[in-house]
Amino acid sequence: MLEIRDLHVSIGDKPILKGISLTILPGEVHAIMGPNGSGKSTLAQVLAGREGYTVTAGAVTWQGQDLLAMAPEERAWAGLFLGFQYPLEIPGVANVQLLKEAVNSQRRRKGLPELDAFDFLERVKASLKLLEMDEAMLYRGVNEGFSGGEKKRNEILQMLMLEPRLAILDETDSGLDIDALKIVARGVNALRGPERAILLVTHYQRLLEHITPDHVHVLADGRIVASGGRELALELEAKGYGWLTAEAGQEARP
Amino acid sequence: MGSNDLPLTQHLNSEYRWGFTTDIEQEVVPAGLNEDVIRLISAKKQEPEFMLEWRLNAYRHWLTLEEPKWASVHYPPIDYQAIHYYAAPKQAKRPKSLDEVDPKLLATYEKLGIPLAERAALAGVAVDAVFDSVSVATTFKDRLEKLGIIFCSFSEAVRKHPDLVRQYLGSVVPYTDNYFAALNSAVFSDGSFVYVPKGVRCPMELSTYFRINARNTGQFERTLIIADEGAYVSYLEGCTAPSRDENQLHAAVVELIALKDAHIKYSTVQNWYPGDAEGRGGIYNFVTKRGECRGERSRISWTQVETGSAITWKYPSCILRGDDSVGEFYSVALTNNRQQADTGTKMIHIGRRTRSTIVAKGISAGRGRNAYRGLVRILDKAEGARNHTQCDSLLMGPNCAAHTFPYIEVKNPTAQVEHEATTSRVSEDQLFYLRSRGLTEEDAVNMIVNGFCKAVFRELPMEFAVEAQKLLSVSLEGAVG
Ligand SMILES: Nc1ncnc2c1ncn2[C@@H]1O[C@H](COP(=O)(O)OP(=O)(O)OP(=O)(O)O)[C@@H](O)[C@H]1O
Ligand SMILES: [Mg+2]
Repeated sequence: MLEIRDLHVSIGDKPILKGISLTILPGEVHAIMGPNGSGKSTLAQVLAGREGYTVTAGAVTWQGQDLLAMAPEERAWAGLFLGFQYPLEIPGVANVQLLKEAVNSQRRRKGLPELDAFDFLERVKASLKLLEMDEAMLYRGVNEGFSGGEKKRNEILQMLMLEPRLAILDETDSGLDIDALKIVARGVNALRGPERAILLVTHYQRLLEHITPDHVHVLADGRIVASGGRELALELEAKGYGWLTAEAGQEARP
Repeated sequence: MGSNDLPLTQHLNSEYRWGFTTDIEQEVVPAGLNEDVIRLISAKKQEPEFMLEWRLNAYRHWLTLEEPKWASVHYPPIDYQAIHYYAAPKQAKRPKSLDEVDPKLLATYEKLGIPLAERAALAGVAVDAVFDSVSVATTFKDRLEKLGIIFCSFSEAVRKHPDLVRQYLGSVVPYTDNYFAALNSAVFSDGSFVYVPKGVRCPMELSTYFRINARNTGQFERTLIIADEGAYVSYLEGCTAPSRDENQLHAAVVELIALKDAHIKYSTVQNWYPGDAEGRGGIYNFVTKRGECRGERSRISWTQVETGSAITWKYPSCILRGDDSVGEFYSVALTNNRQQADTGTKMIHIGRRTRSTIVAKGISAGRGRNAYRGLVRILDKAEGARNHTQCDSLLMGPNCAAHTFPYIEVKNPTAQVEHEATTSRVSEDQLFYLRSRGLTEEDAVNMIVNGFCKAVFRELPMEFAVEAQKLLSVSLEGAVG
């Protein structure tokens, strides 16, 4: 459903992604790991349509469409979701208001009637329960004064409400305590299904204990330097990234 | 900006939607101002002698004044002799009921979304509509009369309730107050008058709708609202004007008087024609609005949403004379393109334990200039007075400006005065965050702006709040992109 081919991305003159290729099929869970600054968030943001990046080569197809030609909201309507590494605060806008507007804007595009207040609340409450979130969070400003962990949980709440075909979760596990990690994992697993795919960006194999990935990739210096199964994450945990980046460095030499 | 570049550029050129003119025969007094013009206005309105005297005194005082220049706004000099000081739809005789009002006028208000027919006013809003210089209809009058509430045009009040007018007119804003107040006092044409008797809670929102139609006319309306002891009234004011290339002057005076335990809530949605994107045309909105809390525990709340006018220059203020009286000011002022706004409030604490709250939100987009100017003055007898001021600016794009001028004068050491100010921008990251959730760029901007204005919008009556949100989104079309 998502095919990234030889993607090169720069910020200004600085190349950040240097030829990424990745195919994600329905039903799959992919994990991307890699050292700080290797380009994981850049990849996630480019896929979601953030401005300010220049694609210098390569292509991305999403369900047969040219993803890079779509506006961020069009990508959302087409079923893409990005859980932000640093969720933004929107002061004065109630969380519930954003959820409702987000859900309904997508429904409108699909030609579906807007959810009425009753159905909507029912669904939100079910998701809140799954994520063990307090109902009061609905009426606070979007991420306004939320703790780091609350913000991450709120991203998962949005994801559950939007039911995306592909959820890209950028370090949603960072900053979560052990219990919260399990809860968030439960939320993500609730979304899993044969029609949907998940791309997890993470530093810790701990998350992968709860959400078992089909594929694990290592991103270093803008390239995928290794791909493997679940066991690759364990290996990384034991050995760190050094052995892989060294190899990548060698490969890069003529 | 990818695939939605196009619609946004189109929105940039979106037009003022209330800009049409009504083709109706007008009776216009020749341009220029002198004592004869004032006598003529007064005669047309069949005013009692005291009213004419007052006007002439105001005029003579005005002649001694100079136009003020201290506000942070810029405009070419106004030629006061080129303005028509009176314009009225020609009508054989004064309409006694709605059936007698010219259908063209009714259609105009229909088009503006202000149905005057009483059945349409089911929402529980009584409307007084002012078309250029005269009031054309007041709905729900009978029902209000049963409660002893007087709600009528100012001209009618001068004829039918001269004693009330005489007692209160100019008692909060004397004609000596300032240049534009003096001018208004000399030539004011119409406006609304409200009197709510002792202990009566007005059961519906009272509303005035101002419309400038005629060319080269000034609108100088005068509003006087009196809430007697223990009374309550909520009053709404809305305004629009046709799009014209030349500037038009609007210099109104509003006086509110709240006696002991009375509460007046005054809400404005001001949407005068702002001029085009290059700054041609638009209304000069130079208004003096002031309320006096005359008795103990009286309360006056100003809420304003200012999206229109080429220049807005106004400071709805409260004189807190009665002990324990309360003044409130909630404001959203938006400037886009080349609009300028210098607005804020004055809170004058005279009585003991008087309290005031100021929440001012300024939004600047395009090349808009937005200034908040506020004065909090605590006099020496105002034991235990308190003020809280929150002043926030939201900037959109690189070419707009926002300034804050808070003036604080405290003569009583027991007073507490707090001032908070913030400036923020609509960030690319916030927009991207919302768009990634499926909101269009415009919806995203509107959501951020509405969130920013929330503390003010929640003070507006329900239907007005919805109206205000719509207005903001229309005024901001194309502001980001
Ligand atoms: N606006 C920018 N200007 C210049 N460099 C940038 C900008 N944004 C990101 N970068 C650089 O791009 C590189 C990749 O950043 P990115 O955020 O994608 O890394 P990451 O793999 O997500 O790291 P982390 O694990 O720390 O989240 C970094 O070197 C970063 O400094
Ligand atoms: Mg990152």
